[in-house]
Amino acid sequence: MTRLKPWLPLIGIGVFAVLLLVVAPAVLSMHWINNLGKYCCWAIAAVGIGLAWGRGGMLVLGQGVFFGLGAYAMAMHLTLETAGPDSLPVFMILYDPTAPLPAFWEPFRSDTFTLVAIVLLPVIVASILGYALFKRRVKGAYFAILTQALAVALAVLISSTIRETGGDTGLSDFKYFFGFVLDDDVNKIMVFMIAAALLIACLLVVWQLNRSRYGELLLATRDAEERVRFLGYDPANIKLVAFVVAAVMASIAGAMFVPIVGIITPAEIGAPASILMIAGVALGGRASLFGPALGAMAIGWGQSSLGSSWPSGWIYILGLVFILVTLFLPMGLSSLLGRVKSMVWRSRATPTAPVVASAPVLEEVRR
Amino acid sequence: MTGSLVVTDLRVEFDGFVAVGGVSFDAHPGEVRFLIGPNGAGKTTCIDAITGLSKGSGSVKLGDQELLGKSVNRIVRQGVGRTFQTASVFEQLSVVQNLDIAAGLHRSSLSLLRARRGIDPAIESALEETGLSMERETPAGILSHGQKQWLEIGMMLVQEPRALLLDEPVAGMSQDERTATGELLQRIAQRRIVLVVEHDMDFMRRYASRVTVLHQGKVLSEGAVAQVQADPKVQEVYLGTAGAATTTAMLAVADTTTAVTDAATQGEGA
Repeated sequence: MTRLKPWLPLIGIGVFAVLLLVVAPAVLSMHWINNLGKYCCWAIAAVGIGLAWGRGGMLVLGQGVFFGLGAYAMAMHLTLETAGPDSLPVFMILYDPTAPLPAFWEPFRSDTFTLVAIVLLPVIVASILGYALFKRRVKGAYFAILTQALAVALAVLISSTIRETGGDTGLSDFKYFFGFVLDDDVNKIMVFMIAAALLIACLLVVWQLNRSRYGELLLATRDAEERVRFLGYDPANIKLVAFVVAAVMASIAGAMFVPIVGIITPAEIGAPASILMIAGVALGGRASLFGPALGAMAIGWGQSSLGSSWPSGWIYILGLVFILVTLFLPMGLSSLLGRVKSMVWRSRATPTAPVVASAPVLEEVRR
Repeated sequence: MTGSLVVTDLRVEFDGFVAVGGVSFDAHPGEVRFLIGPNGAGKTTCIDAITGLSKGSGSVKLGDQELLGKSVNRIVRQGVGRTFQTASVFEQLSVVQNLDIAAGLHRSSLSLLRARRGIDPAIESALEETGLSMERETPAGILSHGQKQWLEIGMMLVQEPRALLLDEPVAGMSQDERTATGELLQRIAQRRIVLVVEHDMDFMRRYASRVTVLHQGKVLSEGAVAQVQADPKVQEVYLGTAGAATTTAMLAVADTTTAVTDAATQGEGA
């Protein structure tokens, strides 16, 4: 049993992968596959938040910024692809048919550039931002407020540049996705599968990071940053890695959100959207591996089922759930399972002599 | 061979308040060097300045390298380790994980991405040295106070430092734990510089090779234990009256001070 224990999360990821990639497409209707794809996107962003917030202690309240970077990079590419070579996007023609394509749109005609940008843009932005903040030892509420403000700023910037970005109406009506017709059900399933596969990949990345020495160091930095400094590490660099990884994941989430949902507007990246991303993570359990992903999917599901059938009530239910979880399960629903498990574990392990394991695993950490 | 730690004319000011005003002393490998003095004498501030936590002027040299002006983590990489008055270990992590993080100082960034397999020989010997072999999987948070201090010393040892700076390592320890700590420090000091800030006069008397007494940010006296204890200036500081002081009385008062500061430190929980 102890030999198996380190691999349990991996088995969990495997089961999750089978459910998403094999069972879901076989069982669900097109409508729900599309919805599930959307939840997968939020879950990808949530997995990153779990790393940065749950493991690294950085309350990233503005992941909408990176979600937006990925989403708009993808949306600009799909818009140009829909418009066809050398022609303007429809919304630009409506404003001014003679105006040239803005310079920053031009490179997004290329498939490769778009894909590279989806990964590299958040790396660049998060590195500069993170370096500046962490070197100056900005943390806690100040860090949270600052990231949140950036999400608001980006949303406002996009809203106010209607001619260049489509403003509040956003970018929509995409017909093609890298050559595939988006209306086709087969292609829709393919896009869903890509999103699901990316979610699995992100879970694997975070699983490895958590069990690595880096993961232990990140946890140590979260709990006693000054002590880590006195062991000869620069906590800023340790935090920066988690922050950048989380940013890339949010960007990938945004990029996949666009072909699945078919529209991106500033409302999807502003403060409320960013907070909703955090809410899922808090609900599921920020320090656990699956908690953030499952929490985000649950919130997404609530949003699209209850949120559309009973919009006024949904927001109260969400608030109530949030209060209850924060009060009684500060480490999220996943800690419920962990608590029961550790009680069983302890009662079974006490009588035996301490076992010298060759590779001890990091216990799921609760404060 | 490692060089000595030489502090020359160290000054530390906080908004015009001079906490340390021109202190000079040195510490060599092979001796357990003590820094004592009443509360507010600037002992901890000296250590803070040496390790880069507080800004100081003057000079602090380890071998031929200047330490002042460098960042905390750089100074650690130069080979200066320290402990704090209140044990600060990673309570959520096990003893081995604590030591492993400390030992990871010179690992490459890429190797950090791999999981830990097995236990480094350096960690194994630190476990032996500090008597924590039986506690390797214990979360550091549930160790006893003394064990936490030893874990901190172990965390320094795995880093192979040239100088170890300990801030009141035996505060709050039982008599047996004090003896164990003192012997541990003497073993460590055979190859390294060991500088101890301490209130406990009895502990100082038993294990110090050389002592520097600080008072109000200045060096009051320096030398072997007996020499310092016989110094009328030292007696005056500890008793308030010169001349009439006997060593026993001085020690009695000093022990009361210890108890008081211990309580204060616990209360602060910093």
